[in-house]
Amino acid sequence: MGTPTATVTLPDDPKVRGDVVLPEVLEGREQLVRGNHDFHSITETVCKVNEAPILQTPNGLKFGIALAAAGAAMFGGYIGYLFWEGPGIWGNNNPVGWAWDIVNFVFWVGIGHAGTLISAILYLFRQKWRTSINRFAEAMTIFAVIAAGSCVALHTGRIWMDYYLFPVPNQMGLWPNFRSPLEWDVFAVNTYFLVSTLFWFTGLVPDFATLRDRTTVKWRRFFYGFLSLGWRGSMRHWVTYEKAYQILAAFSAPLVLSVHTIVSFDFAVSQLPGWHTTIFPPYFVAGAIFSGFAMVLTLAIPAREWLGLKDMITIRHIENMNKIILLTGTLVGYAYGMEFFMAAYSGNQYEGFTFLNRMGGPYWWSYWIMMGCNVITPQLFWFKKIRTNVTITFILSIFVNIGMWFERFVITVTSLHRDALPSSWDYFVPVTEVFFFVGTFGLFFFLFLLFVRFFPVIAMSEVKSVMPQANPHWEGYGHHAPGPSGSGEGEKSHGAADAPAPVGGVVPSPAVASTGGHS
Amino acid sequence: MSAATKKLWGVLAQYENPAQVYTAAERVREAGYQKWDACTPFPVHGLDKAMGVPPSKLPWAVLVVGITGSTFMLFFQSWAMGNAYPFIVGGKPLFSMPVFVPIWYEVTVLSSCVTAFLANWVMNGLPQPNHPAFASKAFERVTDDKFFIMIEAEDPRFDLEKTKTLLKEAGASLVEELED
Repeated sequence: MGTPTATVTLPDDPKVRGDVVLPEVLEGREQLVRGNHDFHSITETVCKVNEAPILQTPNGLKFGIALAAAGAAMFGGYIGYLFWEGPGIWGNNNPVGWAWDIVNFVFWVGIGHAGTLISAILYLFRQKWRTSINRFAEAMTIFAVIAAGSCVALHTGRIWMDYYLFPVPNQMGLWPNFRSPLEWDVFAVNTYFLVSTLFWFTGLVPDFATLRDRTTVKWRRFFYGFLSLGWRGSMRHWVTYEKAYQILAAFSAPLVLSVHTIVSFDFAVSQLPGWHTTIFPPYFVAGAIFSGFAMVLTLAIPAREWLGLKDMITIRHIENMNKIILLTGTLVGYAYGMEFFMAAYSGNQYEGFTFLNRMGGPYWWSYWIMMGCNVITPQLFWFKKIRTNVTITFILSIFVNIGMWFERFVITVTSLHRDALPSSWDYFVPVTEVFFFVGTFGLFFFLFLLFVRFFPVIAMSEVKSVMPQANPHWEGYGHHAPGPSGSGEGEKSHGAADAPAPVGGVVPSPAVASTGGHS
Repeated sequence: MSAATKKLWGVLAQYENPAQVYTAAERVREAGYQKWDACTPFPVHGLDKAMGVPPSKLPWAVLVVGITGSTFMLFFQSWAMGNAYPFIVGGKPLFSMPVFVPIWYEVTVLSSCVTAFLANWVMNGLPQPNHPAFASKAFERVTDDKFFIMIEAEDPRFDLEKTKTLLKEAGASLVEELED
């Protein structure tokens, strides 16, 4: 549909702005998609990756999938080893009975939160820029929760007893303890996983239908046809669909806050110095969003380069995400400071010792990595030059990921390794847990890259719906003279496929006139 | 699809942009048709009003099941902890409301979301593996960049020629007959 800004917004601009050349980011906030895209070119751009024949998968993607598959296979092997030997293969020992398994769990669950924030909270706030990043942020959420779930399901040691967590009575007729934060966690994480998956799938259905309609390959038509549930874009369906989508968003929004709150209860409800603090829920939620956005950037920046999605994932998206990282990173930094203040102000010597021990004890290095990555790094985003620099953003996002992993390490391990009985003080050394951690990355990236290969990474129908020409009253259609003909300015860039102009004589029909008001 | 069973199902008209389909939908509604539909690649803002589609009843289903699930879980927790196997933890009373809140809340969210998800497909009659419009080559672009209106032959006002003319005059770039 031509270039909306060139023909539409400029004539309306006041003369004052006339000679100022505005950067494209500011010019007309509605223009979320850059370049001269029409609906069809959006479809083409997004579907290109999914529609390449299997053997012509881009080499980078092939290599990535192979590498991630190796990681996932190692994870599988590790689980087998764990079954065989038992949790003794971990460096866990008294007093550190919770270590990398829990660190990884909290790390991965936290990462998921950005996806839900983008898909639900930004949706409710009508932040239309979210449409081009929500699909893969949601995918990231689901795969991160799968990685988290495997950590927490395996950390129980006797994995075959995991059914003790489910709300079924055990052989003695005793139900699981619904008063325990660990049980809350089971419900929180499973609800989160299920709701995120349903939300994601609902959004995917119209896009699966696009792939189904475009393909000529039999297995793809079956595959996408099956997943698209026979979607045909009926307006009567869209009405219910949008309502369902809204409701899913409305219910997912509080999940962003509740899931990590409940995860933090696992710590905060205990009485261990360093864990037993009321600041944990908000602090965990801020940290989760912080780390999640960093992971979104880590995934989005290569994706937009390699998959040719720069028109849809623009520098504005990256800048907006950096601003959220700046905000939540500052909150996290504040929480670190506040924890220290409370430790000192409470006058409790155990609390004071714990925090001094974090800074200067045997794990001082983990503490300072955490502080460096989480407190200093986000502050660089005060500078617009850094915020809008893709390479620097990518590097800083990796730093945040590292910092947030160490935050969980610091919380979990440093509080445990100095418990109330000095004779049991010890220094925790991971043994094979490193493979466990790397394996969760393998699993995560394996699922994520398969998603990139076979599922549309950008929500096409949503992106189309926020383009200016999606509005039936868009000025480019010359709606002041109802009907698409006449008006001369009708920019029809569909080329040969474009409609023969309907007969001019029918335009002022009473039917149209009666609904007037849109001129 | 044997030739003997072919029967006219309706008429399909293609439009090129949201403005055209919007105007056309208004005309079809004004003409008094009942069994018709517009198919678009994305929800066109205001098209439901132009068509006269009533608001969805889905929220009511979510409300009913959400409240049921929520109430059930509250009672269930207190029954399991206080009646099935009375079980005191941390000196709390058997019915200790505050600690039941997190699971109560999660189950409310879960039951509401599962209902919203399922009701969306059930109310829309999906999955529906086939549809007469899928036989049309042009209709393949309904999920890409074209906009369609279809009027069913079962509609009392349906008249093949008149209906076709109406759709054409409303700006259709293509009008096809669909067979069942």
